[in-house]
Amino acid sequence: MQYAPAQSKLGAASSVLPVVGRSLTYKRDMRTIIDHVDAKFGCSRGVVAVLGPNGAGKSVMFRLLAGLLTPDCGSVTWAGLEPDRLRAHKIGFVFQRPVMLRRSAIANIVYVLAAAGVPAKMRDEVARHALEQARLLDIAKTPARSLSGGEQQRLALVRALATQPELVFLDEPTSNLDPGSTAAIECLVQRARDAGTRFALITQDMGQARRLAAEVIFMHRGRILECTPAETFFCAPGTPEAASYLEGKIVF
Amino acid sequence: MQDLTHAFTTAFQLIGSLDPVLIEIVGLSLKVSLTAVAIAGLIGLPTGALIAVGRFRGRTAAITFINALMGLPAVVVGLLVYMLLSNSGPLGALQILYTPTAMIIAQAILITPIVMALTRQTIEDLKVEYDEQLRVLGRGALQQTATLIWEGRHSLLTALLAGFGRAIAEVGAVLIVGGNINHVTRTMTTAIALETSKGDLSLALGLGIILLTLAFVANAIVMAARASSQPSYV
Repeated sequence: MQYAPAQSKLGAASSVLPVVGRSLTYKRDMRTIIDHVDAKFGCSRGVVAVLGPNGAGKSVMFRLLAGLLTPDCGSVTWAGLEPDRLRAHKIGFVFQRPVMLRRSAIANIVYVLAAAGVPAKMRDEVARHALEQARLLDIAKTPARSLSGGEQQRLALVRALATQPELVFLDEPTSNLDPGSTAAIECLVQRARDAGTRFALITQDMGQARRLAAEVIFMHRGRILECTPAETFFCAPGTPEAASYLEGKIVF
Repeated sequence: MQDLTHAFTTAFQLIGSLDPVLIEIVGLSLKVSLTAVAIAGLIGLPTGALIAVGRFRGRTAAITFINALMGLPAVVVGLLVYMLLSNSGPLGALQILYTPTAMIIAQAILITPIVMALTRQTIEDLKVEYDEQLRVLGRGALQQTATLIWEGRHSLLTALLAGFGRAIAEVGAVLIVGGNINHVTRTMTTAIALETSKGDLSLALGLGIILLTLAFVANAIVMAARASSQPSYV
């Protein structure tokens, strides 16, 4: 009973869904990276894949929506309200390169649990459980930065999921990984997805997008060109840019 | 050649027999320099970290200034502290000139910029690495700084040891404000200077060997700390 307040903090007390960007514009060094983009994440269960060539503005859009960057124009809302630090643990983020604290694997998870307001007594147990689910319990005491790239990224995903986020942004989480590690990551994503976590995924791996995505957002030159169910996108892309991107041609 | 051999033999005898004069001098040196390092750490670590994460006007100037202070000549620091603490100086009433306290003050002034500058560099580099991850977790500025200090603990130990190395080996400042008074303010470096000029080479050499060993150990710890702070695959 004594944990009730903290659990409610982790639970449904303050939702962030949907995460909405309205007319987002972001410029850097006179270049417009994102150009009046409207995007909405977390409305439906499942994985939304964000596809498009490098420089399309996919990562920047994720960072704007997660509150890591401030848009030059437009606004981001989490469940209709401005982003705030208290709800930050409701949004997970896995970067292309995992950022590990210089501590053991389990201490990395305990740290984010502390940041999310989980009571000290419960952290160790929750962290162990999270590692066990991902079959990483045997490396619990290993310094996180001496793990292999694949293990680090799995740990990064487990860490992002440990605070029970409602939406997780995955920014090319498997672009540096071998097929085995990629499969392990996809397996973790599928399991969390089936448990109700929503995902937004940037990937250059079309196989991965086909395996995971329910919807596809196609971006090109800082704009969203398509936003369709995955089947439709892969069978009959609606724009010539998307069609040639899928065919593996260079998109201009 | 005979003299040199004799000096070495006597020096090792002094060390081996734990000569009381030798022990007293080494003890005072360690006490003064370790206290100076503690003070430098208390001031330099948080200040350096705040400069690293803070965004304020004059930040670049502050960094340049602190970096320049890293090269402060010990004798100049000694002179300034002497002027502060001498009877006619503003702090003359404290009557602490020619005491270990004065030496601690001088060494702390000498090495605080070193600790501060190295801390600033360490924390700033770590901030680049961790900034997005910590912000996505909703950490506030103070929590971020605390995390970065802990993440940089190995490098910050390096900074403190660098300060200690400078303090224990420095002679100019402690000589001026301490005065090399027997049994009161005689440190390894001032004793070496004095005994050498007096011709008692064996005591000077014995102290020199201990000083070298301390410097070696400090550097070995620095290297070990560095090695363990780096991921094994890089």
